[in-house]
Amino acid sequence: MRIVILGAGRVGQSLAESLVSEQNDITVVDVDEARLREMQNRLDLRTVSGNASHPSVLREAGIEDADMMIAVTQSDEINLVACKLAASFFNVPTRIARIRATEFLDNERVLGEDGFSVNLAICPEQILTDYIVKLIQFPEALQVLEFAQGKVSLVAVRAFQGGPLVGHPLKDLRRHIPSVDARVAAIFRDDRSIVPEGDTIVEPGDEVFCLAATQDIRQVMRELRRMDKPVRRVMIAGGGNIGLRLAEALERDYTVKVIEYNKRRCEYLACQLNKALVLQGDVTDEGLLETEDVSAMDVFVAVTDDDENNIMSSLLAKRMGARRVITLINRRAYVNLLQAGSIDIAISPAQATIGTLLAHVRRGDVTQVHSLRRGAAEAIEAVVHGDSESCKLVGRRVEDIDLPKGTTIGAIVRGEEVIMAHHDTVIRAEDHVIVFVTDKKMLPKVEKLFQVGISFV
Amino acid sequence: MVRILPVLHILAHVIVILAVFMMVPLGLSMAIDDGAAKAYAEALLVTALTGIALWAATRRHKRELQTRDGFLLVSLVWTVLPVFAMLPLLLYIPGLSVTDAYFEGVSGLTASGGTVLTGLDHLPPSINIWRGLMIWLGGMGIIVLAVAVLPLLGVGGSQAFRAETPGPMKDSKLTPRITQTAKGLWLVYVCLTAACMLSYRVAGMSWLDAVMHGFTTTGLGGFSTHDESFAWFNSPVMEAVAIVFMTISGINYATHFLLLRGGGLRVYRRDPEALAYIGLLAGSSLMIALFLMHGGVFDSFWTAMRYAAFNVVSVATTTGYATTDYNLWPTFAPVWLLFISCFACCSGSTGGGIKMIRARMMLHQAVREMTRIVHPRALTPVKINGAPVENNIIFAVLAFMLMYGTTLIAGTMLLAVSGADIVTAFSAIVACINNMGPGLNKVGPASTFAVLNDFQTWVCTFVMLLGRLELFTLIVVLTPSFWRR
Repeated sequence: MRIVILGAGRVGQSLAESLVSEQNDITVVDVDEARLREMQNRLDLRTVSGNASHPSVLREAGIEDADMMIAVTQSDEINLVACKLAASFFNVPTRIARIRATEFLDNERVLGEDGFSVNLAICPEQILTDYIVKLIQFPEALQVLEFAQGKVSLVAVRAFQGGPLVGHPLKDLRRHIPSVDARVAAIFRDDRSIVPEGDTIVEPGDEVFCLAATQDIRQVMRELRRMDKPVRRVMIAGGGNIGLRLAEALERDYTVKVIEYNKRRCEYLACQLNKALVLQGDVTDEGLLETEDVSAMDVFVAVTDDDENNIMSSLLAKRMGARRVITLINRRAYVNLLQAGSIDIAISPAQATIGTLLAHVRRGDVTQVHSLRRGAAEAIEAVVHGDSESCKLVGRRVEDIDLPKGTTIGAIVRGEEVIMAHHDTVIRAEDHVIVFVTDKKMLPKVEKLFQVGISFV
Repeated sequence: MVRILPVLHILAHVIVILAVFMMVPLGLSMAIDDGAAKAYAEALLVTALTGIALWAATRRHKRELQTRDGFLLVSLVWTVLPVFAMLPLLLYIPGLSVTDAYFEGVSGLTASGGTVLTGLDHLPPSINIWRGLMIWLGGMGIIVLAVAVLPLLGVGGSQAFRAETPGPMKDSKLTPRITQTAKGLWLVYVCLTAACMLSYRVAGMSWLDAVMHGFTTTGLGGFSTHDESFAWFNSPVMEAVAIVFMTISGINYATHFLLLRGGGLRVYRRDPEALAYIGLLAGSSLMIALFLMHGGVFDSFWTAMRYAAFNVVSVATTTGYATTDYNLWPTFAPVWLLFISCFACCSGSTGGGIKMIRARMMLHQAVREMTRIVHPRALTPVKINGAPVENNIIFAVLAFMLMYGTTLIAGTMLLAVSGADIVTAFSAIVACINNMGPGLNKVGPASTFAVLNDFQTWVCTFVMLLGRLELFTLIVVLTPSFWRR
């Protein structure tokens, strides 16, 4: 696919990186030539420097032949204008824009065909916020991901001694909680994936991925570890875009404190937030954390835009007694460095947000993509089309489908109904199928399965 | 003295406007021949001639007003107009002293409603209409009217407009031009008053009573044509009408204006004061009713509710009608009434007092200080409807509260030193500074301000003016620095 990416910021870069690796032709447009040169040296892509909202610049970037344009510059307005130009003058089929202002996001006419012709508006801060909110709602989980408009959830849980299923084969799950239909999609032991069979025994320390209807998630997690006390107090370090959204999302149900260094920003935060307490100070200031009683916090979330500050304040908070710390870390090297250490959950913003975009880049009718285990594995929700003639899935039982290695079909959503996939489940057209891919090299083969095309006639 | 002349020029216009309004009772008096026509003719002549003479004398100094001139204009208008407004009373009622007449004039124009007159039932209807008209003019504001009808005020006009309109935050214009805002407010006011008069008429009042009470209800003044005030009618329906219109008039007229422009009922939900105000009125009515039943004043709940609701709304909105002598209720009830009259009304309404919005800000500020003790690094702005209130407004409100308290104490002292008992002194000053009307004890609803001596009457008069102009407008004109260049 030929893709033009506008803006080489953090989102643009990680986007380019993952798209290049999936055999796409990428052109990146940005005003910062030094950054473009650096990218060109590192990745196999083309760069154009200039203002992304100027038609001449877009034309130079080859927008006329592009299949897709992704506008992720810093400015909402530039992104909107670029989408409009791409639609009206250059006939780009798919136009994706990063939009931060809710003023635009909530207004369908602004984004629609009569407005700025944006096919998909994404707000990375919002995606990250939702991601973190889930982790606070389910403090036992390492990752909580939703499929099919929230009907099905996938949770990653580390198994601990004391969970009823730990030390027992997987097939006991059905006996323990007969009312719940859940499925273990994958198990990672010592960073290697194990294909889950009925007699696989769960060991303490395993990272277990379970699929279940969203309302059953808590019960499934209870099988794998003792449940913690529910979260009541949350401290957020950093009042940037994510910090603010997070505080807004949490302040109604939790006691929230936000720490921000910039005084003016603090004033703004205090105006936006109703119940959350805004504190002005350094997130790594031990004295401040002490006075504000960090030891009583159930969750400490570090979301400043500085990796080092996030890591330092999280380590400090953990040592001072915060029950659980969640840290935002951009640099991949740091993530790998820390995951096993004292930080409970390290989140890479790029990994967390890229899924929404990937869904549109993939072939086949893919509606949702979630990166798992920092990009090593992937869970895909795709819609099955066609009939038994044109598609390899329709009308076949799960056990009869020729799935690539390391791939499992986890669940099927048929209309409002959620069906856990068993060996004899038959797939029909228009089903949403949730596929778990532990080896990303197999992705093209999985995509092919969902494609309806001449090649299969 | 150069600067005062352009202000006097505008003042002359306002005096002429007043003269025009005097034609109303003059016409009525001639039509029904109640014997007061001569007094009106003379008063009208004096007022009109003074106005025209002043206008002619200062014509050469006609120019746009500066910011400071606004305060001077407002202060002058509010001290000078009562002099002309009292003329019909002074000329018609034999033996009325200038002190008492001026008090009545100020009480009328500031929409207070405390009176020194007795035997209201026997006064000519035109005199009572004039008393009502004074309240009605002063209720919305004479300057607001002048801004609406006189195109000559310029930038200083909007300053004067703000100096006269009650409330701590006056930056929000409803329309691009101040004249249109003033016209809009008066339009709402006129419509509401007309509706009120019609309702009274339908409820069974005579036309004269309906018109007079319509003026004093929407103006939140409280003058009545009867010594017994509303008790004379003894009609639950009329009381209900009064409660409704008093409540409406206690809400910011700018909010009513937004409703008229098609904002829908949600304008009241967005208004930072309206809900708290209505909640306070309803809650207090219920509480007082239960308290009175408990105290054995009334036997049935509905009778208690009827008297409690009317008197609570009347006093809290600083109107000052009475359906019973609440002075005789157990102590808590009248004191609570007096207390809520201090802050119940919304800013931009025709009522007086501290205003609900200032009370809310002070409450927030108190909470903020307490949070600051527990969390020294916390930022907790005072927010009204989600929008932060700037610190300088908080300081202004704090200064206002200080001045309010000081005026209250100083006024009470002055009345006490000149012989009033403490309840009378304090309640009279509270009633005057809130532009409410009757106080407690000797100046209670069953009595009048005539019991005060001349000195005390002047103190009350001044406090009413201070209260109507929200203290600073009048006080700043009296400071030397105002006159220094």
